[in-house]
Amino acid sequence: MLNHYPLWKYILIIMIIVVSAFYALPNIYGEDPALQVAASSRNAKITDQTLAQLAQQFEKEGIHYRTAKMSETGLLFRFKNEEEQLKAKKIAESTLGDNYAVALNLAPATPQWLLDMNAQPMYLGLDLRGGVYFLMQVDMEAAIIKSVNTYVSDSRSILRKAKVRYLGSKRVGNDVVIRFKTAELRDKGYDVLRREMRELSFTEKDDGKSFILRGRLSEAKLKELKMFALKQNITTLRKRIDEKFHGLVEPIIQQQGDDRIVIQLPGIQDTAGAKDILGATATLEYRAVDEEHTVEEALSGRVPPGSKIYYTRERKEGSRVIPAVPVLLKKRVIVTGEHVTNAQAGIDPDTGGAKVNVSLDGYGGKRMGAFTKDNIGKRMAVVYLETKQETVRDKDGNIVRDENGKPVVKRHTSEEVISNAVIRGHFSNRFETTGLDSVQEANDLSLLLRAGALAAPVYIIEERTIGPSLGQDNIDKGFESVIIGFIAVLIFMAVWYRKFGMIANVALALNLVIIVAILSMLQATLTLPGIAGIVLTVGMAVDANVLIFERIREELRNGNSPQNSINAGYEKALMTIADANITTLIAAFVLFVVGTGPIKGFAVTLSIGIVTSMFTAIMVTRAIVNYLYGGKRIKELSI
Amino acid sequence: MQILTDTHIKFMAQRKIAMFVSISLIILSLASLAIRGLQFGLDFTGGTLLELAYPKAVDLGPIRDELHKNDFPDAVVQHFGSASEVLVRVAPKEGVSNAQISTQLFELARKLDPAVENRRVEFVGPQVGEELTETGGIAMLAALVCILIYVALRFEYRFALGSVAALAHDVIIVLGLFSLFGIEFDLTVLAAILAVIGYSLNDTIVVFDRIRENFRKIRKSGAVEVIDASLNQTLSRTIITSLTTLLVLIALFIFGGELIHGFATALLAGVIVGTYSSIYVASSVLVAMGISKEDLAPVKREGGEQEEVYEEV
Repeated sequence: MLNHYPLWKYILIIMIIVVSAFYALPNIYGEDPALQVAASSRNAKITDQTLAQLAQQFEKEGIHYRTAKMSETGLLFRFKNEEEQLKAKKIAESTLGDNYAVALNLAPATPQWLLDMNAQPMYLGLDLRGGVYFLMQVDMEAAIIKSVNTYVSDSRSILRKAKVRYLGSKRVGNDVVIRFKTAELRDKGYDVLRREMRELSFTEKDDGKSFILRGRLSEAKLKELKMFALKQNITTLRKRIDEKFHGLVEPIIQQQGDDRIVIQLPGIQDTAGAKDILGATATLEYRAVDEEHTVEEALSGRVPPGSKIYYTRERKEGSRVIPAVPVLLKKRVIVTGEHVTNAQAGIDPDTGGAKVNVSLDGYGGKRMGAFTKDNIGKRMAVVYLETKQETVRDKDGNIVRDENGKPVVKRHTSEEVISNAVIRGHFSNRFETTGLDSVQEANDLSLLLRAGALAAPVYIIEERTIGPSLGQDNIDKGFESVIIGFIAVLIFMAVWYRKFGMIANVALALNLVIIVAILSMLQATLTLPGIAGIVLTVGMAVDANVLIFERIREELRNGNSPQNSINAGYEKALMTIADANITTLIAAFVLFVVGTGPIKGFAVTLSIGIVTSMFTAIMVTRAIVNYLYGGKRIKELSI
Repeated sequence: MQILTDTHIKFMAQRKIAMFVSISLIILSLASLAIRGLQFGLDFTGGTLLELAYPKAVDLGPIRDELHKNDFPDAVVQHFGSASEVLVRVAPKEGVSNAQISTQLFELARKLDPAVENRRVEFVGPQVGEELTETGGIAMLAALVCILIYVALRFEYRFALGSVAALAHDVIIVLGLFSLFGIEFDLTVLAAILAVIGYSLNDTIVVFDRIRENFRKIRKSGAVEVIDASLNQTLSRTIITSLTTLLVLIALFIFGGELIHGFATALLAGVIVGTYSSIYVASSVLVAMGISKEDLAPVKREGGEQEEVYEEV
């Protein structure tokens, strides 16, 4: 029968509508102005008491919060409006003092039952919610030079150990260049170095005065080196951001290309502070544990000269918190972090316990060898030092300046013991730390060892900050234009195509719902250009229906029956719609591949819109048309 | 409502006039692009931009003076959107830590008026800008080439050339418009132009589809008659789709805010030019290249396409 859809098609369409409506639903609840509170120092804890204390204080000052909740990251208070939220922030800050961090936030007001079903509102981009975007360049040149320098010093100690006399070894560009007096010595040197430095490929050359061996890093090794520097920097930066903002922001940190890192900090306005921590440097120190004296003695005030009290890093393992304990360490440093070339977590095959394999460069290995030879059975600790820069501000948040007008910068170093182990034997540049409690501890330690090893320098090459009011403006304006454009199109279609126009309007509305649902499901970032993409889709989505309806009109003019005209209209327009949409998809795809940030957002919404509009404009309208007209005797169509 | 149906406009008879108009517009655009160039935004040039919001209308003079005497002699200060909003731009500097410039600028503004609010900061390093200009150009070329291939496979090479000619026509004229009126060309405008490519092509393909269909159906007429008939049959659709798209774009232009202005402008211009070009330019190219119904004999098409695919494998 003409213009009849089988039942399964209706069921399929209804299912898609129901699922889309469900996943689009979280977006209508909006966001509550909220206040987040977290502990910012080791002495502070968030407890029920903190919550009660704040609740009481808010009540006293006449501020009503909607809900208060305690979670892993801290406390979350929701408020009716921004005014109350701002007042509450001041109160919370003065009530709790310096040991707590208080941050403004917008918390999605999605009901819990939706969240339980994994239905979340769309993820808003920085241009819509406010925040900071940084693009950081990793100085690969510096990373490579540092690594080649290590090879230079390694080559010296290898040759010395093998008793091969050489004139000199130095770095030329990215190569290690070693000079020998005779060809025989060079051959000998080549034999040794080839075995010890497998990553280098050697070539020989003479310059008349001496015999030269030139070692070059393989492409694979160079690539590995860059990857390593990049990953290490990402790790370090993530850690710093978590520490700086006490887990109050959800940073997005991603690799971009071979040597760049993108950092997005939603909701953060303090760009100066963010820049400070991103520029900080960290390092490690291996130190001997002072076993002649006890920690208790030192803690009571009698710190032996030549030693110092350190604290271990507080660690979280699942829900269990392993607290910081004091350790007494010798002041003399055995090896510093810049000599750590790699650290990998692994499993000890003998005991099945977790371990970390550490590699040091030649110099570090030598020092370590000399130390461990005489200290087997004693303990050695790793101290993690981080120097942070902070721009000094007065009470009102203004930057304090010196007499030259330069902002005053305060540096402070945090020192934490991240490992404390018994030396089991004499080792030098390759050793392992065993007896760790868990694989997670091993992973954490190896990460810190790598993070502490001097990262390649990074610098900011792009920054975009959007203030919260502008973000809200952008949302308001964006949605306003979607709604107005949408209504204009609805009216136009209803006037132009009457009943069929109304059917197209149903499809168009449904299209919007599906786009929102897909964006929510994918948790793709919605940006201002993304909203523009949705607006554009609304305009273009009706195109498919215009094509179909114009065809139907044409068929009717040619004297065909209404039923035949409907059928022919849909059939004939189908190919045209597909062709036209595929070409637009090509353009959107190119845009997605080449574009960055917001532009990608535009490409995503445009592509999604094209695909969903094909479904709604062809399948959904046909289903309605078939339901209304299919199998009936009709003399005239309202088109 | 039905207007524009059953029209019999002799579009191809006007193609000489259309060609004259198009070529004049293209020459004007190219000339402007060559002489005036595009006013590239921060995304491409690099530099620092700061958007400040004041509680009430402000005078630009004091802000400008303050910045000029404090290390920023080249700072450009202007109103943005309203008299209480100010945009400050600084060109990238050699040897200065560019990342700190935005902080310094805001501090200076704050010294002048503590009530000022930092609405937006954009800092783009010179290397990022250069890359963007390059990838932007590549994106446009890549899109054109991909489309050329797709249309050549689906239709015939003359159709591909016709559609790409129309696209190039649209892109050049929109770029020319931006150059001529000195409208800032930023990343969103680039995105809009790529969307124009998609849109204009959409239009052209619909017309081409009908031309192909009619070449196979209408046996007696010549190429010009067939093309005219096709254009008339699709005219109503072409106009209506452009209208609905223009409706939403006007909404975006008026209500979308300053940040989206360039984007909306480019698309508005692109849709208008694209509608015109799909009627006149693309089809004129077909006529100029001597398309005839023998070229679109329906018999061989599907098989021929398949063979080509296998040859590549």
